[in-house]
Amino acid sequence: MTAGRPYRPVRDPLTRPIERHVPPALRSRAMHAMSAHAALGRFVLQHCTDCGAVTYPPRDICPACWGDLAWADQARGATILAETVIRTTTDLYFQAHLPWRIGTAALDAGPVAIVHLHRDLAVGDRAAMQLMLDKGGNAALFALPVQGEDPMADPQWREFVVPVHDRAVLVTDGDTALGKAVVRALVAAGAGAVFAGTSAPSVPALAADDPRRAAGVRQVPLDLTDGRSVARCIAQLGGPIDIVVNTARFVRPGGVRADAGLLHQKRALDLGVLGLLRLAEAVAPILAGRPAGAFVDILSIHALAGDARFAGFSAAEAARHSLLQSFRHEMRAAGVRVLAVFAGAIDDADHQSQPSPRVAPARLAQGVIDALALGREQHCVGDVARDLMDRWLADPATTLREQNG
Amino acid sequence: MRASVPYDGVVVCAPVTVPYQRFSDRSAHWWAGKAMRALADATGLRPGDVDGFCFASFTSVPDSAVGMIQHLGLAPRWLDHLPTGGASGIMALRRAARAVQCGDAEIVACVAADTNHIDSFRQGLAGFSRFSRDAVYPYGFGGPNATFALITDAYMRRNGVTREDFGRLCVAQRRNAQSNPCALQRRPLTLDAYLAARPIADPVHLYDCVMPCAGAEAFLVTTPEVAARYGLPVARVLATIERHNAFAGDPVQWRGGWAMDVDALWQGAGIAPGDVDTVQVYDDYPVIVAMQLEDLGFCGKGEIGAFLRATRFEIDGDLPLNTNGGQLSAGQAGAAGGFQNVTEGLRQVLGCPLGAQVPEARRALLSGFGLVNYDRGVCTGAAVIERAA
Repeated sequence: MTAGRPYRPVRDPLTRPIERHVPPALRSRAMHAMSAHAALGRFVLQHCTDCGAVTYPPRDICPACWGDLAWADQARGATILAETVIRTTTDLYFQAHLPWRIGTAALDAGPVAIVHLHRDLAVGDRAAMQLMLDKGGNAALFALPVQGEDPMADPQWREFVVPVHDRAVLVTDGDTALGKAVVRALVAAGAGAVFAGTSAPSVPALAADDPRRAAGVRQVPLDLTDGRSVARCIAQLGGPIDIVVNTARFVRPGGVRADAGLLHQKRALDLGVLGLLRLAEAVAPILAGRPAGAFVDILSIHALAGDARFAGFSAAEAARHSLLQSFRHEMRAAGVRVLAVFAGAIDDADHQSQPSPRVAPARLAQGVIDALALGREQHCVGDVARDLMDRWLADPATTLREQNG
Repeated sequence: MRASVPYDGVVVCAPVTVPYQRFSDRSAHWWAGKAMRALADATGLRPGDVDGFCFASFTSVPDSAVGMIQHLGLAPRWLDHLPTGGASGIMALRRAARAVQCGDAEIVACVAADTNHIDSFRQGLAGFSRFSRDAVYPYGFGGPNATFALITDAYMRRNGVTREDFGRLCVAQRRNAQSNPCALQRRPLTLDAYLAARPIADPVHLYDCVMPCAGAEAFLVTTPEVAARYGLPVARVLATIERHNAFAGDPVQWRGGWAMDVDALWQGAGIAPGDVDTVQVYDDYPVIVAMQLEDLGFCGKGEIGAFLRATRFEIDGDLPLNTNGGQLSAGQAGAAGGFQNVTEGLRQVLGCPLGAQVPEARRALLSGFGLVNYDRGVCTGAAVIERAA
């Protein structure tokens, strides 16, 4: 085990902390619908259900025939028509990020849009449009080069995603197969320091291939069912953390009337639901002070539509999903991204009686890295989660019946 | 399209300007009231004489024209409120002229008034329009500077216009402002200083931008008989045009609604662009001045670069333009910025300018442009006026 964190001088408590701002956040209801799609990584624009015309900015009625509008996935190609570098602004967020490049883009889908412009793009270039979430959590069009370097090199792009490289990350439960996989993926992604929570700190001698033995990883005692343990853990990290990945969960099968296993369900709620509250309370002020803070919660897709065979666990996940959305709302003003990474059954001891397909812990861990790099708020890993999310988005009531039919 | 009826039996007169201030702790109501007082002082009118009121303002919120008439003690039988900013002066003139011509009102006061508190520009921007909130301000919050930077960038590429060409316009307007004691910026501006100014949103630099300020502008529209009774010199309205959301399919704005109706304007006026003695065009940015000169027929489309290089826009030049210095030098008092082209043009043809007189000025072209709702100005209008013999 190594120290886990490069030396950092102790900050003078009297220096003024840097206050973080977010871009202007006032939006129309139609724009909020666009943001909801952006949160899932969809590139959508409105089209008319009567005449098919594609429109932008979001409207409430078709400007070509006054028909009704619906959201639909669109071609991502675009051509840059004009560009500017903004060097002065009255907005506090953008003041801290000047100069800022924007452009006018003719979208292949039809409309013309003002877009955030990657530093390598110039007038006349073809671009690949991304529908991102800005620091305030609202949808924003970002034009990337069709080919070229990793966009992460563009400081403007980094405002829309959560960089992992060189950042300090806390993984709440490093003892499980999933927790270990997340630690391994974070190390591979270049995280500067990874703190792996453990509820059994006295267990010695990690196996040779245990990712918690990697350079830059440190085990820290952490029990989310105990508020004092959470506070102690955060206090002894020795500096700020940028990202929290909450992998802690307690999964047991059981119904409502039959095999309810009340003791198990009580622990599922204490760890999954109250544990999230204890954790959020402790880490929120730290994340709010970071330039790109993020809180990732790994959720069962059954948070959306409960699974009768895992009734208590599904209920805990649903409660957690609800809390997470409130937490996201609270953290928006601080520019902290709150992500939900959804999966179906994981290929681990918790789901040994579940039939395939199950998601390998390594695959789910890579999903966490992807969601951060893509700037998502919601991300589904594996076919089961994607399928259930699609059905739930299309028709929640029917999906609930199907899941519990 | 039906031709519009000539403006018989209508005159426009009594241009007034309440001198601008960079910042003011007064309200838009106070500025509007001072404009009414200036009208009264110039004409001898009393509040009860005004039976029509047309109002434009961005900062009178929460009051509209309704709140304003009660605030100002007016009881008009004809009332209009124009939310169209830079196009509001032309539109006020058109609407008031028809109201007077048809007898719905006899003396219409057209007033634009805006204040500028410290920070009111930023606050005004933040709530400007739904499309701006959703799809413009989150992109760097450069305000109109950034939007017009994109328009200017595309325009320069399309037409081969250079910063020097725009600089000639701005330098000429500054020279015109030097004789106007009310202009906020009267220090001489050289082309070198223009070119060396700091960038705001490339290619827009400091002297391409207007200075927001507080101020008010007003004029009267009435009948020749009433004007004669008050002993007021008057101008006739030869023709007007107005167009909104024109050429919505143009990917970037390179022309305005004027281009759609320019023939109707000159045919209605019975003269050609070369027959006017001065032009007062909306000048939030020099690119819009260039666009109006093209679209209103002062040069061919695409020939604007050569035209800017070959023309002198000073008061004693070939085409005296924005003779009070325009908004670029006199200041942009919110919606009053869309009125100063009307009041200054009127002053020139009536022989009572704030600064130097254009020699023998008899006819003026007035033009307005307003409201960047999303990525371009939506409202346009123009008018040709002539001193009544």
